[in-house]
Amino acid sequence: MTAGEKKEYWRWQENCWIDESKNWRDAKIITAGIDVGSVSSQAVICVDGELYGFNSMRTGNNSPDSATNAINGVLEKSGMKLEDITYVIGTGYGRVNVPFAHKAITEIACHARGANYMGGNSVRTILDMGGQDCKAIHCDEKGKVTNFLMNDKCAAGTGRGMEVIADLMQIPIAELGQRSFDVDVEPEAVSSTCVVFAKSEALGLLKAGYSKNKVIAAYCQAMAERVVSLIERIGVENDFFITGGIAKNPGVVKRIEKLLGTKAVDTKYDSQIAGALGAALFGYTLMQKQGASKAAA
Amino acid sequence: MIANYGYKDGSGEYYISIDTDKCIGCTAGRACLTGCPKGMFEIITDDYDDEVAAVKQSFRRTLAFDCTGCKPAGGYTSLPCSTACTPGAIKHSW
Repeated sequence: MTAGEKKEYWRWQENCWIDESKNWRDAKIITAGIDVGSVSSQAVICVDGELYGFNSMRTGNNSPDSATNAINGVLEKSGMKLEDITYVIGTGYGRVNVPFAHKAITEIACHARGANYMGGNSVRTILDMGGQDCKAIHCDEKGKVTNFLMNDKCAAGTGRGMEVIADLMQIPIAELGQRSFDVDVEPEAVSSTCVVFAKSEALGLLKAGYSKNKVIAAYCQAMAERVVSLIERIGVENDFFITGGIAKNPGVVKRIEKLLGTKAVDTKYDSQIAGALGAALFGYTLMQKQGASKAAA
Repeated sequence: MIANYGYKDGSGEYYISIDTDKCIGCTAGRACLTGCPKGMFEIITDDYDDEVAAVKQSFRRTLAFDCTGCKPAGGYTSLPCSTACTPGAIKHSW
């Protein structure tokens, strides 16, 4: 890093993956889900209703470009072309701006469907901690939403808030969660989770002699308290599942689990792809229905 | 499905809950559309292809202010939206 070059501590790992054990050329139905969020965008491709590949990257300043870049990442890695995909569903904040989507579905329904796939059909409560909003969702055994609540008025308790703290502390965002456990005594939560005020409060705590780890712990606790108050409004029913980028932060996840008195379901999948995965699965169901109705006609 | 529209901020919780299962085959003739003096409700096709009531996007972050006129301080003894919705789908959290 040269002098004057600013390190971006907030920058999280972008990720592109395909399942090498599957051959998409053998698939009958290929569907894609594109989740254009306020902070990150994901493209997921499913072959015959099974996850085949995904690309997760930062959303740019242009939703159509973000959607195109996200899908291109998986297409290039798999050797697939856009024309090979039978049906595409857009979701997320920029769902109506996905130029190649056949349909748009809200991220609430898609996260429930994605969580049902990732965490199993026993998942009933989902907490989606997105880049700039937070959602608490109840679903049935098929992943159909039965109750939801969303707070998109304020960025407190969201991924963007954590990015701000990472930059302020000059600690890579992926390390924040683990660092928050490295304290002798668990500190009180910062009083404000407002992204703007939390920054000034965190600076005040540093000046008062708090270590960086202690400030991070206080912020993680505040974030956990904030989202728990949201989820408690609709109630927690096991199994409990967390989606979104914050699900990768053990400092927040463990504190949420402690406050709720329940453990979140572990998953082998990337928590950020839940929305796009749900959209791709919706596409698959739709294609199956259309196929069935054509066969019946 | 229970759809909660609104937010929580430093001053309190402001959510309008709509039990959308009661909107399917609405027996009140979509009275919510005209019952709200501010016209805050609309009928949408949800993600499961059902026609249900929803709070318009433009009102979802300002409910505390937009609903003030229909609260007891505004001279109402019951909420016009809840009263109009005879199937009982609409509730306020505050």
